[in-house]
Amino acid sequence: MYKNKLRSLDIVFIFLGGLVLLFIISPLLGMFLSTTPIQLFETSKDPEVLKSIWLTLRVSFLATIFFAIGAIPLSYFLARSNFRLKKLINGIIDLPIVIPHSAAGIAILGFISRDSVLGKIASSVGLNFVGHPVGIALAMAFVSIPFLINAARDGFENVPVKLEKTALNLGASPVRVFFSISLPLAWKNILSGLVMMFARGLSEFGAVVIVAYHPMITPVMIYERFGSFGLKYARPISVLFILICLIFFILLRALTKEKEHRNA
Amino acid sequence: MLELKNISVKLGEFQLKNINLQLEKGDYYVLLGKSGVGKTVLLEIIAGLIKHRAGQVILNNVDITNHKIQNRKVGIVFQDYSIFPHLNVWQNILFPIKKRKISKKRKEELVKKFAELTNISHLLDRNPQNLSGGELQRVALARTLITEPVCLLLDEPLASLDVQLKNGLRNLLRKINHNGVTILHVTHDYEEAIALSNKVAVVHEGEIIQKGLTKEVFKRPANEFVANFTGIKNFFIAEFLPENIAKINGKIQIKVSNKANLQKGRIIIRGEEIILSNNKIESSATNNFKGKILQIIPYLANYEIIVDIGIELSVVISEESLHILSIKEGYEIWASFKSTAMKVI
Repeated sequence: MYKNKLRSLDIVFIFLGGLVLLFIISPLLGMFLSTTPIQLFETSKDPEVLKSIWLTLRVSFLATIFFAIGAIPLSYFLARSNFRLKKLINGIIDLPIVIPHSAAGIAILGFISRDSVLGKIASSVGLNFVGHPVGIALAMAFVSIPFLINAARDGFENVPVKLEKTALNLGASPVRVFFSISLPLAWKNILSGLVMMFARGLSEFGAVVIVAYHPMITPVMIYERFGSFGLKYARPISVLFILICLIFFILLRALTKEKEHRNA
Repeated sequence: MLELKNISVKLGEFQLKNINLQLEKGDYYVLLGKSGVGKTVLLEIIAGLIKHRAGQVILNNVDITNHKIQNRKVGIVFQDYSIFPHLNVWQNILFPIKKRKISKKRKEELVKKFAELTNISHLLDRNPQNLSGGELQRVALARTLITEPVCLLLDEPLASLDVQLKNGLRNLLRKINHNGVTILHVTHDYEEAIALSNKVAVVHEGEIIQKGLTKEVFKRPANEFVANFTGIKNFFIAEFLPENIAKINGKIQIKVSNKANLQKGRIIIRGEEIILSNNKIESSATNNFKGKILQIIPYLANYEIIVDIGIELSVVISEESLHILSIKEGYEIWASFKSTAMKVI
């Protein structure tokens, strides 16, 4: 009796879950199926498209690496110390996830425009972040950095404090303890945070489009092609971009897995 | 050598109060106490891992109370070994000297030397995940010994090992101590204290209630807690009557050989010196009581029999005797012991 009940419940769950899966897969599959290989091939030869994809990958990658330099120590600090405003700081870190990304773009624009302090410093050396890859990188980092900080903090929290204390007791300096114990042991989480941040940066549209329409990152170009030429012209570039992103993630995943395997 | 002066610390529910301890060079000092009384905390205070409220830690006449962890020159080996999981055995042992300004060859020699001492030379390229508890313990010891600590702090080093490994590791600890390393070892097991230490301190409710030479502490436990804890089970407070008679709990009268002119005192009777028999026997034992067997507790090599003769006596007998006497719980039995088997302390 109980077994039967469970089975019918399973069927309901599988059915409902299947619907959700279908919902995720079918639009993507539809898009892939309505793009012919010829269209895809033509698009992959379009220098404007290639330039845009390369720009997107490069800027998101550099933004991730650059901000990791500060984000990883911050994560370590949050994992290891207890202070009164810790909850507030954790909340602030999650803010970019919950606010509308267009609003985030407006905020970033105000932050880097020529009237701002940062903008003034930049223009004194002849730079304008608005409409510049640096502006794009800032917008991408703003919306994607919570993924890195949260993952890295979880990673550091999972490293037993005792191992760090043991290393200190064995005569290692705190800097050496961080680099030889804490960082390697939290590395799996950090790497997955880096991949997530990179991925989130690649896919960002709302914040970036406000800071820089040109040079055009691929999500903006997809929107532009759709606005100017319609669905048919936006599809191949979308498919191409998704494919390139997928290749990257599969490679990065494989890298993470290999690392895991070696640690085991 | 190592001196603790009035160490006090409060951590959540429990606290350590006014701990004073002095280790001489070459000592094997065992800190004996039940689990959760703060023995580990004390080691962590010495190593600087925990900040304490009051008191001083003095090592070789230098007050290291506020020294950084990495500059203290005391090596701690944790109960859970704390082996770095991402490094293999070789890398774990090398870790403390990796950044030292000595030649690579010298470093390799040192790793090999301590691996040999701890008998793990064959495990050097293994990952910690594939090692047993005893092997991990040896890796942890080698890794700490390579730092050449002035004092070695051991937290329950034998607790999670089986008997065979225990014996091997005990021999290793003796060897390390004989090589001149001063050791402070915390444990809940009095047998470890007997087997290894020259000095012992008993911790109870956050305080050291007795300390001194191991022989002395075991011979003359300061109170019932120490007596129970150090493994002497038959420990009674007695009133002494004329003609060398001791009255225990106001009911049982026992003949003693020497009451040292006391009116009240403590008596200990070693469980190994009590003879059990099915009938009353004629012997030189002047104390003969009929009692009831309350409990039979099996140990590794022998059995502890709890006999109620008006007071509860703990008697240690062999398996052979258990069978010969066909001892069962609830049976009646005679317990005999000589008046000289008792110590009045």
